[in-house]
Amino acid sequence: MAGRKVIGTPVRKVDGLAKCAGQTKFADDLVFPRMLHAKLHRSPVAHARILRIDVSKALKMKGVRAVLTGKDLPIPFGILPISQDELALCLDKVRFVGDPVAAVAAVDEDVAFEALRAIEVEYEPLETILSIDDALSTPEPRIHDYGDEGNIHKKIAMEFGDVESGFDEADELFEDTFFYQGNTHLPMEQHAAVGTIEPDGKIAVWSSTQTPHYLHRALAKVLQMPPAHIRVVACPNGGGFGGKSDPFSHEIVVAKLALVTGRPVKICLTREEVFYCHRGRHPVLMRVKTGVKKDGSITAMKFRTFLDGGAYGSYGVASTYYTGALQTVTYKVPRYRFEGVRVFTNKPPCGPKRGHGTPQPRFALEVQLDKIADRLGLDPAEMRLRTLHPPQSTTANWLRVGTMGLAKCIEKVVEGSRWKEKFRKLPPGRGVGLACSSYICGAGLPIYWNALPHSGVQLKLDRGGGVCVFCGEIDIGQGSDTVLAMTVAEVLGIDPLDIRVVFGDTDLTPVDLGSYSSRVTLMMGNAAIQAAERAKDLLAQAVAEKLKVPVVRLEFAGRRVFDVESPSIGVSFAEAVVLAESKFGTIGTVGSYTPPPSPGRYKGAGVGPSPAYSYSAAVVELEASPETGLVRVDKIWIAHDVGQSINPVLVMGQIEGSVYMGLGEALMEEQVFREKRFGVHKIPSMLEYKSPTTMEMPEVASYLVEDPDPNGPFGAKEVGQGPLLPIPPAVANAVYDALRVRVDEVPITPEKVLKALRSKDKRFGPTSIPEISMPEPLRVKTPWEGGTGSAESGEYVRSWKG
Amino acid sequence: MKQKAHRTLHVNGEETEVAFAPHKTLLEVLREDLGLTGTKHGCELGECGTCAVLLDGKPELSCLVLGLECEGRAITTVEGLADGPRLHPLQETFAELGAAQCGYCTPGFLCTAKALLDEKANPTREEIRAALSGNLCRCTGYIKIYEAVELAARRRADSAATPPKESVYGRT
Repeated sequence: MAGRKVIGTPVRKVDGLAKCAGQTKFADDLVFPRMLHAKLHRSPVAHARILRIDVSKALKMKGVRAVLTGKDLPIPFGILPISQDELALCLDKVRFVGDPVAAVAAVDEDVAFEALRAIEVEYEPLETILSIDDALSTPEPRIHDYGDEGNIHKKIAMEFGDVESGFDEADELFEDTFFYQGNTHLPMEQHAAVGTIEPDGKIAVWSSTQTPHYLHRALAKVLQMPPAHIRVVACPNGGGFGGKSDPFSHEIVVAKLALVTGRPVKICLTREEVFYCHRGRHPVLMRVKTGVKKDGSITAMKFRTFLDGGAYGSYGVASTYYTGALQTVTYKVPRYRFEGVRVFTNKPPCGPKRGHGTPQPRFALEVQLDKIADRLGLDPAEMRLRTLHPPQSTTANWLRVGTMGLAKCIEKVVEGSRWKEKFRKLPPGRGVGLACSSYICGAGLPIYWNALPHSGVQLKLDRGGGVCVFCGEIDIGQGSDTVLAMTVAEVLGIDPLDIRVVFGDTDLTPVDLGSYSSRVTLMMGNAAIQAAERAKDLLAQAVAEKLKVPVVRLEFAGRRVFDVESPSIGVSFAEAVVLAESKFGTIGTVGSYTPPPSPGRYKGAGVGPSPAYSYSAAVVELEASPETGLVRVDKIWIAHDVGQSINPVLVMGQIEGSVYMGLGEALMEEQVFREKRFGVHKIPSMLEYKSPTTMEMPEVASYLVEDPDPNGPFGAKEVGQGPLLPIPPAVANAVYDALRVRVDEVPITPEKVLKALRSKDKRFGPTSIPEISMPEPLRVKTPWEGGTGSAESGEYVRSWKG
Repeated sequence: MKQKAHRTLHVNGEETEVAFAPHKTLLEVLREDLGLTGTKHGCELGECGTCAVLLDGKPELSCLVLGLECEGRAITTVEGLADGPRLHPLQETFAELGAAQCGYCTPGFLCTAKALLDEKANPTREEIRAALSGNLCRCTGYIKIYEAVELAARRRADSAATPPKESVYGRT
C-alpha cells in the first residue's frame, strides 16, 4: 500500500531474538523462592463413582505440604456459561481415564509423584461409553445430568429456505457419508502453571494459557474471590493451536495450593497428561445430501453431523454449531439445512483445535464436490469457480460475506500446479486433488454474553520517544506481539523495535478475549489503530502549534513528525511527545474494538458471524502405492486470501504451519482409545502419536492473495487457521485421482487405502449414520426469500446492540 | 536424605561446579540446578528432540543423558551459542525468517543445526532434512527452519545474503 512504512514488510518478530537466545520465559521456566511442586492424581478408570478417597498416607509423607480433593474445590466451571460441568478435582464421579481426582504439593516433583501413589481411591465402575453409537444406545448411566437427553449433550436443527423443494429442482442428488477422526494439538510445550501468593492474600497464576481473561473469570468463580484479588499472567505459549484455551484443573489447583500453603506452587504436566487434557478435534460422523444442476451449481444442501464430544462440554456446543456454520460462505447454497448432535463419551474432552469444528465438514463438503464434478464430467476447479458465493452479500444462514478472494486463490493454485495438464492425466499411482475453504476472522460474539469490547489496547508514550503498548493478547507463536507493535509503529511513524509490548496480564493490560478463533490480528489490530490514532492526534495538535503548520499537513514517519509540504520542517518523534506532554499532561490513550452486529437473529446465529472471512485454495500432488497403500505427498500449492499481510514472512509461516498440520490430520494423526481396555488412550506419547517430521513434510508453494477488507486493520484478515482447512480434502481428492478409490475418512492411512482398493465399490468409509429423532428445525427465511434474519418461530438471539 | 553428587561440568565454555541428585538427567541439571532454562522439554522420553544440546559438538537429547555422564564433556546449550553479545548466525536467521514461531522447539533445532553447519558448510536441503529429522516442530511445517539454516550457511560466505523473495513474500 502506498505510503505504508511498516505494514506489509517482513519485520523481525519483536520476540524473535529472545526466543532464539533461550531467554523467553515459558511457564515451566519460572522459579520462585520456596516454590513447591504439584502433581495430579488422575483416574485410571473411564467411568466410575468415587466411593472413597483416602489421602492420609500421602499427607503424612515427608516433604508433602498439602493434598487437595474435590471437596476443597466444589464449584463447577467450564469455558461456556451453558457448560459449567467441570470440577477442578472430581467429587463423586470420574468420566474419563485421566480425569483429575486429587492434587498434592510437595517440596520436589519426585516426592509429589511418590505421594500420588500413596493416595487411595475406591471406584465403583459404571458402564463405559466410548463411541457415538454407544452414547446414543446407552442413555443410562448418564455421563452428565444435564444435556438434551440421555448422553446427548446437544441437538441442533435449523433450516434456511425449503431444502426439499431445492432437491426437487436438482438435476442430480448426491448423498455421502464421511468420518473425520479426532486428533490433538500436540503443542511442543507441556501445559504448565505457577500459583503465587502475596502477603495481602492476592494471588497470581502464571500459565501457558491462550485465554487469560477466561481463566481469570473461572478462577474467581471457583476460588470465590473477587477478580480484583486475582492476577492471571499468560506466559508465551509453546504452541497452543486451541489446546490451551479452556480453563484447566491444574491452573485452579496451583492457585488453591498456593492459598493453602502460602507458598508458590508449580505444576508442569507430563506429555501423557497433555493427551488427557486434549480439547482437540472432535471425531465427527457426517451425512451430506446435496442437490445440483448439471453445471454443478447447488440447489440445496442438507448437512448432518454427529460429534463425539468426550467427557465434558468444553467449547462443544459452539463446536457443534461450527460443524454447520461455514458451509455456506464459499459456494452459493440457496437452501440449507443443518442438523448437529453432540454426545458425551468417557474419553478426554474435545474442544477447539485450529479450524474449530470446521475442518470436518469442510472435508466432507470438498470431497463430495469432487465426486459431483467427477459424475457431471466437470473440472472441479472450474465448477467451483462458477458457483462461488459473491462478495459483499449475505449467505442463506445470514452470514455477512465481505471481501472474497477465493476466485483468485483457485486461479493461483490451478496455474501454479499446472492443474490442467495433470488432473486425470497423471500415470496411475500419481494424482492431484483440489479443495477450497474459508474461515472466520474472529468470532462475532464473545464466549459469555456482554456488550463489552472484544479487545482493548492502551498506549503510554515516554518523553524519550519510547512507546509502551498494553494489551491482554497472548502470543502463542502466531506473532501477535509483533502485529501489535507493527500496527502502532505504522500509525505513529516509528520503528516496531521502539515499542515495548506488555501482553496477557489481567492486572496490567486491558482485556483481549484471547488467542482463539483467529481473532487477534483483526480485533486487537483495530483497537491498536484507534489507540494509536488518538495518541497521534494529541501529538499532531502540539506539533502543529509549535511549527505553525496545520494538523492535516503533518506526517508521522521515520521517527519524525513533519510538514509533508516541506519535510525539513519538523520535530523528532520524541520531541513531539515532549510537546504533547507539555500541552496536555501525561500522554496515554486507549482503543477498543467490538465486531459489527450480525444480521442473523435466530437461536444459533451467534456462531459463524465474523467481521470478515479468509479464503484458501490448495492443490496437492501425491504418489499413492496400490501395493502398500502408502501415500507420499510431493508438493502442495496453496493460495490464501489474507486481505492484507501485516508481516508477509509471518503470514508465510502461518500458511506453511497450517498446511503441515492439515497434512498430519489427513494422513496420520488420530487420538484413539482402547475400547477393550476401558477407554485407555492408545498412544499417549509423541513417538506413537504420529505427526509429520521433516521426512514427511513436502515442498509448499504459497501464494498470498491481497484484497484488503474494510473491516480488517489495514485490510488484514486471518491466516492462522484457514489454510489448514483445504488440505485434508485435497489429499483425499488426489488419492482418488491417483488410484480411483475414495477414502471418505480421515486420516487416510495405508490400511484404509488398501481396503478401498480391495472393496467392491472402491471406497473406504462409513456407510450409515445412527437413526435418531431430531427436533423440528428452527425455520429461517433466506435473505432472497425476504427473510429478516429471525426464525419464523422460536427464539430470537439476544442482542446487546439493539 | 538423598545424597547429592558434586561435580564440575563444562557448560558453555565455563567450568561450573554443581551439586545435583545423581539420578537427574542432564536436562534437569541444566534447567533446575544451573538455571539454564533455555533448554526445553517436550516429552522427557527421547521422542521429540526439543531438549537437544551439544555434547562435544554433537547433538544429544539431554533428557536421555544423566548429568553424571557429562563430566569431562563440553556441554553447549542455546545460551552458549552466541559469541559474547553477537548471536550465532543461525539465531539471527531463525529470528529473521520466523523459523521460531512459538520458539519452544527452537533451542533444540538451533543446537542440531549448528552441529550440521559445523560439519558441512553448505548442506543441501536433503541433508538439512535428514539432520533435523529427530526434532519435532508443530508450528512451522519445518520450511522456514530449512530456509533459516540455508541462509545462515550462505551468510558465512556473504554476510549480506538475503533469503529468496518467495520465501518471504510467497510466489507470484
